[in-house]
Amino acid sequence: MTLSVEALGDTEIIMIRPFDAPRHLLWAALTDPSLVPRWLGAQGWQIVRCEIDLRVGGAWRFVSAGPGGALMAHGGIYREIVAEARLVFTESYDDQWVAGESLTTQILDEHAGRTTLTTVIRYSSREVRDVALRSPMERGVGEGFSRLDTVLANLTP
Amino acid sequence: MELDSYEHLDATFAALADPTRRAILARLRAGEATVSELAEPFAMSQPAISKHLKVLERAGLISRGRDAQRRPCRLEARPLKEATDWLENYRDFWQESYQRLDALLDELKERP
Repeated sequence: MTLSVEALGDTEIIMIRPFDAPRHLLWAALTDPSLVPRWLGAQGWQIVRCEIDLRVGGAWRFVSAGPGGALMAHGGIYREIVAEARLVFTESYDDQWVAGESLTTQILDEHAGRTTLTTVIRYSSREVRDVALRSPMERGVGEGFSRLDTVLANLTP
Repeated sequence: MELDSYEHLDATFAALADPTRRAILARLRAGEATVSELAEPFAMSQPAISKHLKVLERAGLISRGRDAQRRPCRLEARPLKEATDWLENYRDFWQESYQRLDALLDELKERP
């Protein structure tokens, strides 16, 4: 499974990643507060509070605990919800980890039991976005997922 | 990262958000320069340039020499490196999260 990361317009990043699962399962993993903490987060961090009010205008808020008891919180508002197909939400960090508020659009496309997740993140400025793209993001992420494919192949019964 | 680092990053990104300040940093890549040398290529007064230099200095992106007359400006690479490191974290974040998502989806598929 490969992840592609590219610039879109002046302030956006687009990430595309296929998953070997039907879209109703991917949707559940993205929106069910009992499932999100199972996968989302940086290494060494665990979501300890996951609140999702899944309706337009509803809020989401995740609090994560990290090394040395550090806490980090981020959250936002759902702007658009089309079940199993499209999710749009704002996001900002309590600690200004990322400058300003970003807007994320997630689109789920299923073909033959496989679902492609397209994520578009609009940053608060062109500068923040451009700094993001100067890092060798695509190559590193691709290598990570190649290793994952090996792991998954070994796990399949 | 400590909270201090977040504030530091915020100052770095804020300083980089202005095209004149980015042009000043690009010029300083070629070597140190005085305020009047920096003001030359821009249609700006020296006080206006000095204002930008103060923002860059507060963000730690440049330092000023001790020579009272010239006070030459120098590029400081460390905060820029920190901003890049932050994005390394960003990349690792999605890499690791999607790996766990793959495993979770495999598990959900097995459920009746």
